[in-house]
Amino acid sequence: MPPRLAVRDLAKHYGGVQALRGVTLHVEGGEVLGIVGDNGAGKSTVAKILSGATFPSAGEVLLDGSEVQFANPAAARDAGVATVYQDLALADQRDVVANFFLGKEILSGNWLGRRLGWLDTRAMAQHTVAELARLHTRIPDVRVCARDLSGGQRQALAIARAAGWTSKVLLLDEPTSALGVEQQQQVLDLIRRVSAEGIAVILISHQMPDVLAVCDRVVVLRLGQVAATLAGDKLTSENLVGYITGAKIGD
Amino acid sequence: MARAADIGTAEPGQEPGVAPRQTWWRRSQAAVRDLWIGGVLLVIMAGFSIGSPYFLTRANWLNTSSTGTEVLLLAVGETFVICSGGIDLSVGAVLGFSGTAGAWVMATGFAGAHGAAVGAVLVGFLAAIVAGVAFGLLNGVLVAWAGIPPFVVTLGTLGIATGCGYLLNNGQEISAIPGSVATFGNTNLGGWIPVPVLITAVITIWCGLLLAKTRFGAYTLSIGDSRDAVIRAGINDRRYLLRIYLLSGLLAGVAGVLVMARLGAGSPDSGATDNLNAIAAVVIGGASLFGGRGTVIGSVIGTGIIAVLITGLVLINVPPFWQEVTVGVVLIIAVYIDQLRNRKSSRN
Repeated sequence: MPPRLAVRDLAKHYGGVQALRGVTLHVEGGEVLGIVGDNGAGKSTVAKILSGATFPSAGEVLLDGSEVQFANPAAARDAGVATVYQDLALADQRDVVANFFLGKEILSGNWLGRRLGWLDTRAMAQHTVAELARLHTRIPDVRVCARDLSGGQRQALAIARAAGWTSKVLLLDEPTSALGVEQQQQVLDLIRRVSAEGIAVILISHQMPDVLAVCDRVVVLRLGQVAATLAGDKLTSENLVGYITGAKIGD
Repeated sequence: MARAADIGTAEPGQEPGVAPRQTWWRRSQAAVRDLWIGGVLLVIMAGFSIGSPYFLTRANWLNTSSTGTEVLLLAVGETFVICSGGIDLSVGAVLGFSGTAGAWVMATGFAGAHGAAVGAVLVGFLAAIVAGVAFGLLNGVLVAWAGIPPFVVTLGTLGIATGCGYLLNNGQEISAIPGSVATFGNTNLGGWIPVPVLITAVITIWCGLLLAKTRFGAYTLSIGDSRDAVIRAGINDRRYLLRIYLLSGLLAGVAGVLVMARLGAGSPDSGATDNLNAIAAVVIGGASLFGGRGTVIGSVIGTGIIAVLITGLVLINVPPFWQEVTVGVVLIIAVYIDQLRNRKSSRN
């Protein structure tokens, strides 16, 4: 069976700058793959390509074995790759329900819904509560504005929303930066639960402890190439730092 | 899990989650804030009732409600625009232009029309509404696709609409229209409800539901809140922005019809002061000029305050020139309060 998501010989250059020089990696359903690397190693370029924000200069992206090209973020999401952005992309003055359903609102089944786009707010609220409860996110009231949530709750909302979009791949760009200890823990728990549902999770992060805590396998990028893929007992803090900085070379 | 202990190396964090009680408190604060502006309206009305024996009369109600009608129609459209994070400075000029355009069509296309001339009147009304929609379309395309800031676009179309209104009849009003137009605009149902007020009420309720209960309303608020979030959710933000400015233009066109009907003539200047009043009404009603927050009911209350101030000041013998001064002062105070609220909420 082909992997859930694979990229082959991915390259990207911006003018003369070579951001990616042939990256090959894959992730299976139910697996948490970490992508780490120093600034400029190519992490965010990989994220941009997978989320449909930019096109690769060369190479291919395979979803369930068939090649895909994402024209824009919506196309990526519709194909099954949902992204949680670093800034979370929440509408702060809108409530939790509105944010959770942004872009996929439930309309009333009657004439009003079809003709006028009348929202079925009750069903939306119930679904939101159920989804958040399923992922054990602690948001006390779904009618609260997003800006009145704590940092961890906002993160949880964004992740739960993205997980609700997809059953295939969830891409997380720096999800735990700017969070407190307890909230980081909550977010990591949430990532584990999403992964336990069979979704392939890609975690792009600077935070070594988080990567070690939650990832099954970690790809280290350095200067636009895969420096190492670490798993099992090779997945240690020393190895990660060694390959990220270039102190260690080769697999 | 042994590795989880490593997480302790991160920096200590912010406060834990918001307690439900605080949430309830915030919500009731919001409710009080909305009621508060309605309270201000009641206080102003009580003041004028004491200050003038003519305030609580049928004549003053008819006067105030028809003053409020044209401001309210513009304010309702402006509510959507402001909620989306934009501004429409052109609505007053579009009101004047569309009314004049409608009158021009009636006067030139149906010069011999007499009696009720239903056909001529309908064509004229339709022309006025089409003129409003055309300016809405222009605003929407320039804001959504050309990416020009709404302030600049609508400042430009403000000038264009004003100039075009003058061009139609060398700056003069056009009064050679069927008499049935004025009859329509000045009929009071049961002696208390002018037809324009009834039409405005229906449109306002409709738009209130549109903003609060439909997907269009939800996207309007979300675009104003975070256009990025909307785009990343795969929503065609430009299509919705276009519709928002179209709605504003449409309502300005309808207001143009109603003002023309009340005056019995198309006057290019008829919306000159309504711009400021409409924007002030929306902001006084609690909408944020930064986008993402606002209600139609708030704009109704804001319009009520402005209309009552305009007509009430005359009743207590304040020279009419003070009307605009008062509205200007109220606008500045309302925007200042809006900014204080925003600073407060961004600190939270």
